[in-house]
Amino acid sequence: MNEAKREKRYVPVVVRFDAEGQLRPLTIEFDEEHKYAVDRVLDICHAACQTVGGVGVRYTVRVQGQERYLWLEKSRWFVEAIT
Amino acid sequence: MSFLLTIIRLMMKNKNGSTRIGEAVFYYLYPLCIPPGNHYHLYFINIRSIIRVFANDRPGVMTWHAISSTLILTAFYASVEMQRRPELRDKPVAVCGSQEDRHGIVLTANYVAKPFGVKTGMTIWQAKQCCPNLVILPPDMRQYIRISKLAREIYEDYTDQIEPFGLDESWLDVTGSVGLFGSPMAMAKEISNRIKFELGITASIGVADNKITAKLGSDYRKPDAITRIEADNYREIAYPLPVQDLLYVGPATERKLNGLGIYTIGQLAQCPVNYLTYKLGKMGAVLHTFATGKDPSPVKRTDYAATVKSVGNSATTPRDLVCDEDVHLMLYLLAESVASRMRDLAARCMVVELYVRDTHLVSFTRRRKLAVPTCSSAEIAHTAFELFRANYRWSRPIRSIGVRGAELVEADAGVQTSLLGDDAKREKWERIDAAMDHLRQRYGYMSIRRAVTCADPELGRIDPRDDHTVHPVGYFGG
Repeated sequence: MNEAKREKRYVPVVVRFDAEGQLRPLTIEFDEEHKYAVDRVLDICHAACQTVGGVGVRYTVRVQGQERYLWLEKSRWFVEAIT
Repeated sequence: MSFLLTIIRLMMKNKNGSTRIGEAVFYYLYPLCIPPGNHYHLYFINIRSIIRVFANDRPGVMTWHAISSTLILTAFYASVEMQRRPELRDKPVAVCGSQEDRHGIVLTANYVAKPFGVKTGMTIWQAKQCCPNLVILPPDMRQYIRISKLAREIYEDYTDQIEPFGLDESWLDVTGSVGLFGSPMAMAKEISNRIKFELGITASIGVADNKITAKLGSDYRKPDAITRIEADNYREIAYPLPVQDLLYVGPATERKLNGLGIYTIGQLAQCPVNYLTYKLGKMGAVLHTFATGKDPSPVKRTDYAATVKSVGNSATTPRDLVCDEDVHLMLYLLAESVASRMRDLAARCMVVELYVRDTHLVSFTRRRKLAVPTCSSAEIAHTAFELFRANYRWSRPIRSIGVRGAELVEADAGVQTSLLGDDAKREKWERIDAAMDHLRQRYGYMSIRRAVTCADPELGRIDPRDDHTVHPVGYFGG
């Protein structure tokens, strides 16, 4: 994660619930033109987002070869968008 | 062997094994793994210091300390706001009540605002005079409760003996978890780190062998410290502290103690208990116990449910009450809420209490015993209004008013019926109340109202039940 200015952006996310009830994000719909497939979920933990604020479940995901955080805060997803 | 089998059985039976394992360890392994004389460790966790940590842009920790419940809550609010609005972390911020609803006071101020003189309890205009650039935020109780619950989930990973003291403070008895998680200090550090990482806020922690000392420890060093106070260092740390650092030593008690030449906890501890009892009544003995660090009260278990002794509601009204009609309306609103909550508890009250505070903040309480227990809102309101008429002469307008049903009895307990035949009338009103409960549950509070509450839309829109805030219970469970 670089030091660029970031903002909290709530995004639609396509998710899959498996038979055990586990949730897995599949696609992050950043905007109309940019929809990113989640290649792999690397880690899931409870965490606070220090950069843009917020508390929830943090998914560390690999998207297009890069690691990014995807947060589930209550029932909404957000990312740290570079402004 | 039997205890090992029990542990295995508990682990097999329960998916959420940690609590069960903790229980098993507590009951079976605890005596084997805790050194004698070092077997009772309590954590008192207070999240309020976070605000200071954020203000300094430092990660924070938990302290364990004794503070009034009001201060704890307010600081916690601010720290949560700072966490979710990083752009405000270096600005003076205060969370304040609504000015329109006449709750316009500072509930909490962050570490940047405090050097300007902004304090809890100030009115907003006073705070603005101290700090013109003060950022005023409205409180968001849902978010504070959410963060408090998340903090509690962390505590539950370590013990099932968690006693909350307001939203932001808790006592944890980790005695039974030492074998699983290491020393109390190690556990405190781990909990502290998790709160920082998972919730983005900080807290202060005190480690001690009783609840009162744990609170003292948390106040001793802040914001980024874990303080251990036990028998070996109790006198060194606690005795020089001012006596008002003790729980239940407020300004009035402090004045009394100062008048007796008692200024420090050490002086209080060394004062003969008989003398304190003579001067302060039974609280004298209690405070002496606190000062000597020998408070025996246990940390309540997570599933502990306190016996409800009374149900009350009060409201600071959007405008001052200036006549009997205003009071009549408010008493009906409050009595409906009190009666409804008693029905939820399947209880009736034997006593009705009235609380009145005027615009000079002078208050009084009056109570009356009923002939038979009731949960009828009409009867409670009627009794409260009689108490009001008998005890208030309208020397000043009224700022806030409250009604309480006390000496609760079970709703289905037998009662002495009346020879005068008014039981049927009471039962009828109680059925009407219950029907109103159902309607409101289904269609909302405003779906059915007494006509009297429509007389003044400003007062009549108050919903004492759903707007009700549960304040922290007292240390003695009151």
